[in-house]
Amino acid sequence: MRIATKLANRRKVLKGILGSAVVTVALPMLDCFLTSNGNALAATGSEIPVRFGTWYWGCGLRPGRWEPVKPGAGYEMREHLRSLAPFKDRINILSGLDVSLDGNPARVHWSGTRACSAGEVLDNAPSIDTIISGLIGNSTRFRSLEASTSEAKGAAANTVNSISRINSALINPPEASPTALYTRIFGPEFHDPNAAEFRPNPNLMVKKSVLSAIKEDADALKRQIGANDRQRLDEYFTSVREIERQVDLQLVKPAPLPSCTMPTQPHETPEGTEVDTVSTNHALLINLLVHAFACDQTRVLNMYFTGGELHKSGDPTTHHTNTHEEPIDERAGYQVKVAWYEEYIMDNFAALLKALDGVKEGDKTLLDRTLIYAFSDHGLAQSHGLQNIPIILAGGAGGRMKGGNHIAFRGEPVTRAGLTIQRIMGVNAESWGTGSMKTSDSISEIVA
Amino acid sequence: MYLAVAMLFASATGRAQSQEPFFTGTVHTGQSVSVTAPVGPPALRLLTASQYKATVADIFGSDINADGDLPPEIRKDGLLALGSAQTTIAPTGIEEYALLAHKVAAQVIDEKHRNNLIGCAPSVPLKITDSCTKGFIATAGRLLYRRPLTSGELKTQLELAQKGAGILKDRYAGIGASLTNMLSSPQFLYRWENPRVIRSTSNEGELDSYSAAQRLSFFLWNSAPDAELLSAAQSGKLDTSSGWNRQVDRLLASPRLELGLRAYFEDMLGFDGFKSLSKDLVLYPKYSSILGVDAKEETLRTIIDLLLRNGGDYRDLFIVKDTFLTKRLGAVYGVPTEAASDTWAPFKFSDRDPRGAGILTHASFVALHSHPGRSSATIRGRAIRELLLCQKVPDPPGNVNFNLVQDTSNPLYRTARQRLQVHATEPMCAGCHKLTDPVGLSLENFDTIGAHRTEENGAVIDASGQLDGVKFEGANGLGKAMHDSPAATACVAEKLYEYGVGHSVNKAEREWLKTNLGPSFEQEGYRIVPLLRLIAMSPGFRAVVNPVIR
Repeated sequence: MRIATKLANRRKVLKGILGSAVVTVALPMLDCFLTSNGNALAATGSEIPVRFGTWYWGCGLRPGRWEPVKPGAGYEMREHLRSLAPFKDRINILSGLDVSLDGNPARVHWSGTRACSAGEVLDNAPSIDTIISGLIGNSTRFRSLEASTSEAKGAAANTVNSISRINSALINPPEASPTALYTRIFGPEFHDPNAAEFRPNPNLMVKKSVLSAIKEDADALKRQIGANDRQRLDEYFTSVREIERQVDLQLVKPAPLPSCTMPTQPHETPEGTEVDTVSTNHALLINLLVHAFACDQTRVLNMYFTGGELHKSGDPTTHHTNTHEEPIDERAGYQVKVAWYEEYIMDNFAALLKALDGVKEGDKTLLDRTLIYAFSDHGLAQSHGLQNIPIILAGGAGGRMKGGNHIAFRGEPVTRAGLTIQRIMGVNAESWGTGSMKTSDSISEIVA
Repeated sequence: MYLAVAMLFASATGRAQSQEPFFTGTVHTGQSVSVTAPVGPPALRLLTASQYKATVADIFGSDINADGDLPPEIRKDGLLALGSAQTTIAPTGIEEYALLAHKVAAQVIDEKHRNNLIGCAPSVPLKITDSCTKGFIATAGRLLYRRPLTSGELKTQLELAQKGAGILKDRYAGIGASLTNMLSSPQFLYRWENPRVIRSTSNEGELDSYSAAQRLSFFLWNSAPDAELLSAAQSGKLDTSSGWNRQVDRLLASPRLELGLRAYFEDMLGFDGFKSLSKDLVLYPKYSSILGVDAKEETLRTIIDLLLRNGGDYRDLFIVKDTFLTKRLGAVYGVPTEAASDTWAPFKFSDRDPRGAGILTHASFVALHSHPGRSSATIRGRAIRELLLCQKVPDPPGNVNFNLVQDTSNPLYRTARQRLQVHATEPMCAGCHKLTDPVGLSLENFDTIGAHRTEENGAVIDASGQLDGVKFEGANGLGKAMHDSPAATACVAEKLYEYGVGHSVNKAEREWLKTNLGPSFEQEGYRIVPLLRLIAMSPGFRAVVNPVIR
C-alpha cells in the first residue's frame, strides 16, 4: 500500500468515529506504520533509532561475589546478580576493569565515576552521554534526559547527582521529582506524535522569537567582560540555541510512532533515601523515561540511581557507612548488610531492563534497540578500591551489540567499555581516555 | 591606548592566564590591533532563586507567583554567594528560566494586573510604537536590568513586542513577549559588575554607579536596587561619599534589611542542605520535611530577633535561651509551647535546660549536620570549624584503613565517643579528627533530629568536649567556649565581607580585616548593623582589582 493511501484511510477512520470535527486522537499501534521488516517507520522511511542510557550506582559490588566464574558466552549468572537472570543473554558483564589515577589525587566516590563516564579522573572531559547525544540528539526535543532518585548528596564530592557533564562547569542537572519530570516531558508542551491534527502552536512561535531576540545584544555584552566570563556567556548562549532547536522541532509535525503511548500522570510521592521510597521513585522515573524513548522525545537517558546514601527503614547506618564499618561476617565471608544493598540495587537495574523490554517496537522491543551502560564508582567500596569496577552493558543497541558474554579483563582500563560503546553508537572515536587509560581497542566480543 | 593599558594589566598580574584574541579593531591611534583580554575578576554573578523572586516581587508586586525550579547553585569557599560567580547555565537551565519567565510575564499582562502594572489602553492594535508601551518597557527594563536599557536593547524589545503582538493578535501578548525575553536574558539573570577606570597606572578600578548600587542592594536587601537607589546611581550622587553613605543608611534603616540578613545566614549556615535532608522515619517518626522547614525558620527568627530587633551581640547567638517554636518543634524538644498548630510562639529555655547553646542546640544545626539514622560528632565538629570559625578541615584521604573502625554493635562501643576512639588514637586519623571530634562530641546529647537524650544504646553519654585547649562539659559548655572564641567573631566578619563583595579575601583585605574591621566590630559591641555599615562603607566594597577595561 502506498503511504498516501494509508493516511487517507486514517482520516476516514477518525471522521467516521467522531463526525467531521477535527480532534486529536491517540491511534493504536498499527503495524502498517512500519515497513515490512519492522525496522523502519513507514511514514518517513527512516530507521527506528538506537537509544543510549547510563545507569549509575555508588559503592560498587563486592569483588568475588558478582563476577561469573568463567569468562565467555556460556557464563553462569552468580547468585548475587540473580535479578538479572531473565536478561542473561542480552547483557554483557565486564569484570576486572580498572581505573588509573596517574598520580592524580583519589577523590573518593568520584574518580571512578569520572573514569567510567568520561575517561579521566579529573573534571574536564565531557561525559560519554554528551558525546553520544551530540551525535544522536539533534532531532529529538530533548537532547538527553537526566533523573536521579533523590537530591540527597551521596558519598561523593560531586555536588549534583548527575554524571552528565558537558565540561567542568556545565552539568546537566537531574530531575528527582516524578511529577515534575512528567510535566516537563508530557505536560503542556508535549505534542503526541500520533495525534491526527497538528497546528503549530502560536505560543511556541512567540517563544521562538523571544529566544532568538536574546542573542541580539550578545556582541555588545561580550565586549564588556573578561575571558572567563565571556566563556560563561558563550555557554549561556549555546544553551539558548539548544532550546531554540527544541522549539523549532516542536513547530514541525512529528512523524507518527506506533509504540508511543502516554504514561499515566504520577501522583506526588515523598522524596528520600529510604530504600522503598527510592525504588518507588525509580520506578516512576524510569517509566517516564521509557515512554520518552518510545515517543522519541529523547534518545539518551541518564539515571543516577544512588550515590550511596540508601538506608533501610530502622537501620541507623546507610549503605555507604556500612561498606566501611560493617565487619566481614565470619560464616558468610562477606559484609551481609552491604550484600543486601547490592542485590537491592541490581533489582532496580533489572526493573529498568524490564521496563524497556515492555515496549514493543515492531518485532523487537525497546531494550533490543537500546544500549544501557551501567557502572559504579568503586570495585571494593570498603577501601575505595579502583580496581575491578563492575560494568554491565545491556540491550541490543539496534542489533549492533551482541549479548550473553562475560569478559574477564586483567589490568585493562575501564575506558575500553566506553570506547566500545561510543563506536557502537556511531561515534567516530579513534581512541578514548586520558593518560594510561587512553585506549583504542574496542571489545570485539560484544560488537556485532 | 587600549593596547598599552592591556599590556600593563597582563604584566601586572604576573600569573599565567589563558590568553586568546579578544578584540580586533581600531583604537585611538587609528591602528588595527588585536588585544588579548586580561582574565579579570569574575564580573557575572548569577541571581539566586531568592534574589530572582525578590526582584520580581519588588517590581511587579508580591502577588505575582515566581515559584519555579531553577538550576542548582554552587557553593565555593563556604558560600553560595561566591559560587554565583562560577555558575554556568546548561540547556535545562534555560528551559527552566524560559518557563518561569513566561509564567511571570503571563501574570503581569493578565486582566487582574495589567491596568495597575502597565496601564496602556488595549484598543490600539498591532503597532507598538506608542509612547505608553515604549514607556512601560523602558521602565520595567530599567528595573529588571538594574540600569537604563541602551537604545539597541530598547529597539530589540520593541521589535520583539511588535512581533509577538502580531502572532498572537494581542497587544498585551506582545508586551508579555518582551517581558519574557528580558526575564530570560543575561542582563537580568546575571549581576553585571562593570568597572570604571580610576588610574591607568595601577591595576585598580572601581565599580561603576549601577554596579555598586546592585552590590549594595543585594548585600543588604537581597534584591535589586529600588527606584530611589537607581536614581541616585543615575544622577551621580552615588559616586560621592555623602551620597553613598546616605543610601547605605537608608537601606540599613529599612525593614527590608531583615530579608538581606536572612539570606546571608541561610547561606552561611548551609540551610540549602535541608532540601535534600533525609531521616529514618522508623527510628525518628517525629521527623518530616516540614520539621526541617520549621527548624530553619526557628534559627532565622532567633537570629533576626537577637541581632536586628534587639541590636544584640553576635556572640550571644551561642548562648541565647530565647527562641521561637511551633508545636512540631516543641514536640521534638520535649517542651510545651503556646503555639497553635502551624503558628509560632516565643519560648525561653530555663537556665538549667541542657539546650543552652543558642543556635548550636537548635534542630537546624544538629539535625542538618548528622546522618539519616544517627548523629555525627565529626560532621557537627566540622560544621562548627568551617561554618562558624572559618577553619578549613581537610577531606578524608582516599586510602583510609577502615579495618580499624570497630563494630558498631560491639557491646564495648555503644556510644559515638567509644566508636570514634580510633579517630583520636590512630595517628593518620587524629591529625584532622582532633579538630572535629572533641568539639562535636559535646553535642552528643542531641540526636539526629535534635531531640535530647542522655543515653545511647543503653550507655550514658559523656558529653565532655574541648575547643582549642578549652575544656568544657556538654553543649552549654560548647556555647560558652564559642561565645568566648575570638575566631567566631572574626569569622562572621570575614564571611559577611566576602558575601558582600563576592570574592574570597585577598592578602590586603585580610590585613584590613585584622587591623581595621575586627577592632571596629569589637568596639561596636559585635552588633550586626554596625558591621554591615562598616563593610558597605569600606574601600574594598566598591573596588575592582585588575579590572577588564572595555
